[in-house]
Amino acid sequence: MTGAAIEANGLGMAYGRRRGRALSDCSFRLPAGRICALVGPNGAGKSTLLALAAGLLRPTEGSVRVLGSTPAEARARIAYVAQDKPLYPQLTVADTLWAGAELNPATWDRAAADRVAGPLPQDAKVRTLSGGQRTRLALALALGKRPELMLLDEPMADLDPLVRHQLMGVLMAEAAEHGTTIVMSSHILTELEGACDYLLLVEGGRVRLGGESEDILAAHAVLTGQVRDLAPHTVVESRTTGRQLTALVRKEGPLDDTAWDVTEPSLEELLLAHLRSPEAPALLTPSARARAREEVVAA
Amino acid sequence: MAESAAVEFRIDRRSGVATYLQIVQQTKQALRLGVLEPGDRLPTAREVVEATAINPNTVLKAYRELEREGLVEARRGLGTFVRRTLGSAAVTTDPPLRAELAEWTRRARAAGLDKDDVSALFTDVLDSTFKGDPHS
Repeated sequence: MTGAAIEANGLGMAYGRRRGRALSDCSFRLPAGRICALVGPNGAGKSTLLALAAGLLRPTEGSVRVLGSTPAEARARIAYVAQDKPLYPQLTVADTLWAGAELNPATWDRAAADRVAGPLPQDAKVRTLSGGQRTRLALALALGKRPELMLLDEPMADLDPLVRHQLMGVLMAEAAEHGTTIVMSSHILTELEGACDYLLLVEGGRVRLGGESEDILAAHAVLTGQVRDLAPHTVVESRTTGRQLTALVRKEGPLDDTAWDVTEPSLEELLLAHLRSPEAPALLTPSARARAREEVVAA
Repeated sequence: MAESAAVEFRIDRRSGVATYLQIVQQTKQALRLGVLEPGDRLPTAREVVEATAINPNTVLKAYRELEREGLVEARRGLGTFVRRTLGSAAVTTDPPLRAELAEWTRRARAAGLDKDDVSALFTDVLDSTFKGDPHS
């Protein structure tokens, strides 16, 4: 895959003078065909980033391109499910699905929508549905549209574990069959760990880690041993207990495994270490780096 | 849908073993035990991810690894099929070897060894017997 599903260059968003910036100087690239976990603490800018990519917000700085065009031009090829699952409360489930079909005549896949919406009471009005049922309906609309890019803002938050597993399976099957790019935000990393192969850690309006989860993990190591200098490695976080030092480092050259007990961190350890150490430098793997604008124009 | 797949995979996210390796290991185990035989179809990536909610690329990576080892082959548009079994057929079809091992295990237990002791002893003998063997 060579195309970019999302490419942000110096992207910034301010909601008003007083509230500061939700995103600032945010640059990254998400290759097409990936399943990307968008993680970060509350208020990090995850929802803002998704809404910008969906074209529902206009950036105050920089630009974002989606599937090779502007978010507005790409709208028919994107499905966006916002955190609060906006649906028409007076419509029934069946009416909502009918509207989905009418609004997406070229691509509507009724079987895909029904696979997710099937268990819902078809004649019930949306306002009578539970949070989890509304999520189901919103995901059914998103899947029925058969998009090239799905932007899902905390899609699993109000689902029970069984339904969460089932719907995650449906999303993965969709990606397996159609090569759909999926971006899912969450602050519960464990629910995304097995499903996602790409990672964007956003904090304070910037991307701190971006790239293939495997490569990001492999770039780091947890070292345990006697207290000594960690150079030349970049220390993300270190703790000293008595004579023992435990450190999560970004590798700069080979590790001396005679001096250290070396293990690969789990994704959760890695993210927590970065969140506790705001001064650790950002890391973007080559595929996650936004190309300079001149190159984009030339390409 | 075509004839259903012969096995399904169980993914344990807390095992510490990489997900693709769990699929590789479970396939090999099924081959050793004769649960999978040449000609059997492995589940498609779509079937695996729909049941387990793991990333499709993880399944493809596992299948590539099995293919690289010559155990399975991908047939375009049809699926991934078992090419050969693993280990000697004696594992499943030679009851005398199994009976001898069972008898030996009973004697070890009678001599006061617990399960971990027996396992450690067996692994030790296994390692020294197969030392230098390229497949070990």
